[in-house]
Formats: sequence, C-alpha cells, structure tokens
Amino acid sequence: MSKTYYDAADLRKFGRITEWNEELGNKFFDYYGKVFEEGALTAREKSLIALAVAHTEQCPYCIDAYTKDGLQRGVTKEEMMEAVHVGAAIKSGATLVHSVQMMNKVNKLDG
Amino acid sequence: MKKSLKARNNDLANTERQLEILSNGIFADGKLPTFANKIKETNQFPLLAKKLEILQINLGYMCNQVCTHCHVDAGPDRKEIMTIETMQQCLDVIKKTGAHTLDLTGGAPEMNPNFKWFVEEASRAGIKDFIVRSNLTIIRANKKYHDLPQFFKKHGVHVVSSMPHWTRGKTDKQRGDGVFDKSIKALQMLNEVGYGTKGSDLKLDLVYNPSGAFLPGDQMALENDFKKALKTDFNIDFHNLFAITNLPISRFLDYLIASENYEDYMFALVEAYNPSAVENVMCTNTISVSWDGWLYDCDFNQMLNLKVASKVKHIADYNEELLQNRNIIINQHCYGCTAGAGSSCQGVVA
Repeated sequence: MSKTYYDAADLRKFGRITEWNEELGNKFFDYYGKVFEEGALTAREKSLIALAVAHTEQCPYCIDAYTKDGLQRGVTKEEMMEAVHVGAAIKSGATLVHSVQMMNKVNKLDG
Repeated sequence: MKKSLKARNNDLANTERQLEILSNGIFADGKLPTFANKIKETNQFPLLAKKLEILQINLGYMCNQVCTHCHVDAGPDRKEIMTIETMQQCLDVIKKTGAHTLDLTGGAPEMNPNFKWFVEEASRAGIKDFIVRSNLTIIRANKKYHDLPQFFKKHGVHVVSSMPHWTRGKTDKQRGDGVFDKSIKALQMLNEVGYGTKGSDLKLDLVYNPSGAFLPGDQMALENDFKKALKTDFNIDFHNLFAITNLPISRFLDYLIASENYEDYMFALVEAYNPSAVENVMCTNTISVSWDGWLYDCDFNQMLNLKVASKVKHIADYNEELLQNRNIIINQHCYGCTAGAGSSCQGVVA
C-alpha cells in the first residue's frame, strides 16, 4: 500500500475506474466530457470555475488538473488566483451566513 | 543575458546525450511505449516521406535572444552561419523545387550578413508562399534592421513570428527581459506597412508555444484570446495563430529535467497521442536544410543531428525524386508533433 493517501501519479489512472464498473464509469466520463465542452459558457470560463471548485473541494488531483488546463488555455496566474478567491469567498460566506442562525438563537434564548 | 547550452558546455549540448535520455528511462523500462512501437499499433510504421511541399532553410543559429525553451539552442554566442556558397547551392534548389513553401528560419535569420541578398534572389523563384520566421525584436535591435518591414513587403514575404503570450510577464519570462515591449513595437511597425491587417495579402502570423511544461490548448480559442488582447491593448492586428507544442529536446529538455517535469511531460505527450496527427506530420512533406547544407526530415531532427535516411544527404547533391519515400527518422521527441491536434511549424495538423 502507498505510504500516503494521495499520489499524484494516481490521476493518470483515473480512467481505470471503468475497469470495475464499465457502464457507470463510461456514463460518468461521457457526462464529464460533455459538461466541459464549449457551450453558453466558454471552455476557458468552465476551466476557471473548475479550478475554483477544485479548491473549495480541496481535491489535489483537480487542482493539479485545472491549473495545468488553465495554463494550456493561456489563463494567467492573476486570473487563477481571482477564481480561487471567488471560491474562498463563497466558502467563507457560507460559514458566516450561518452566524445569523447563531444570532437568532442567542436572541431567542438570551434576548 | 543567458548563454546557450553549447557555450555553457552543458551536457545536453551533446545531441547523443539527448538521444540517450529520450531512449532510456521510462521508454527503456516499458513504462511508456517508444514512438516506433506506438505508430506500429496503428500500422503507420515506417513513417514515409510524401511529396515535398515545404523547403525549410536554417540560415544560422545566431540570435539576439536566448529564449528559455529554444530547441535550436540559439543565441548571440552561436557562430554557425550559412555561407554565401551554401546559400548559392540553396538558391539552385529553390529555382527547381516542386515545393510550394519556402521557409527561412534560424536563430534570427536576419542576422546572417547575406540575408537580404538571399531573400532578393530567392523571391525571384516565384515560390507561392515565402516565409521568414522573424523573432520580431530583431527589427528593433539595431538601426540597420529598422527597414525590415518595408523590405519584407517589397519581396512579398510572409512573416511568422513567435509570441508566447499576450501579457508582458509571461512573454519576458520565456524570451528575456524587454522582449514583450520590443515585439509589440515591431508588430505595430509591421501593421503600419500593411502586414496582418484584415484582407491584406501581406501575411503576418504568430506562433504560440507554451511557456512551461504543459501542452498548448485549442489553437482557435488561443487565437481569439490573442486577437482580442492585442487589439484592445495595443491596436495590433495579425492573421493566424499557430499553436506549437514544445518538443523535449535541447533547452526545453534541459528545463524539463531541471524542473523535474520530464516524466510527467512525456506521459502527457504519450497520453495525448493522436494517430490522425501522424498522417499529416510535417516531416513527411518537409526538407530541413541546416546552416552547413545538410538535409533533415525536420528542424527538430536537425537539432538532434539526425540526417535524412537517403543517398542524398547534402544540398550539394539535392535530388527531390530520390528524397521521396524515404524513411523518416523517428525517436521519442516525435510524440511532440502527434499530441492532441498535432503540431508543426504551421500549427495544428489534425
């Protein structure tokens, strides 16, 4: 067994998940490929969204993949960092907006 | 300014050492298939030359820039320059070739002291597409080069120039400090004489190659982004963008090894292998001539000193018929031209 939970080389093996369930694996990869095609949003915009989500999901494989994908598309490091801040803002906003619940509770119990 | 691998006596200035690296390691232990085995899977081995379409001539390895990823290992310290005698031999071939494209490259081809004479003579042969690969900054390097846009126009030259990004930081990181600003000024000078503008016959194309250890993205999407940014920021027009993959040789190979990206990059190239790109790979319709007149299947094989597999090996003995159907010399660097949409000096091929 690997000595660490994550191995960068495992990303290359991602396609192999179809070996244990071909139907569902293929359906996933077909869906995944379709999602990232040029559509109402450009593939470049989708790549930046994926990079931001990769960070909020804290998926090291996804961060590697979409940093590289962004570079391939000519995305600058400034654009990448702004995208990550969007993810971070939503994450922190999602935490902080729950404080209203805390405030409500305090007001109800100790108002 | 940095020095070439050759001037630094770097191990990789030795082409045999480069071929050794490309043949050993992950390719020797079977982690990745060799290029020969890969094209055998799709019955494309041996790769054979077709009818000649592009005659590419390297006028010398001297350059005013020392770009990080240069596959030529060019720079001001490189003294290999084509002599007037070899140029004359090339002109004899240009007059009778069946190729529709003549492609002058370097180094900075303009730094050859007989460059203008050669262009004047070659332009008389009436070849359909006459390309000069200009690094742009040479136009601004010295007063004697300021008239190049007019000179190119006079001889109907198709200008193809490198531009790794539309931002200063990424361009200068790869090509040297100040290169972006000089390139922008040179592009504006070319636009002023009519190059690159909509509907103009004076063709101005840009070459994009990635600034690091990753493959180029979609050529059309990159072209759109380049056009938008250069027009908005600098009022610059150009015709087409060619997206070129960095091949793992020379200074780029040195960079890959030093940055510990070599294996990942080779995996990326092999994973992106596209058999339909093999059909149109440029070595099958090109002859590359070196500064000293030797013949190669492509510019990359020239830099690896892999001469054509033909009875005819030098421009002095040139015979287009004998060069047809020759076996193309391949090695693992060839994966660079068959990844994704493929890559050539004219951009994607599939």
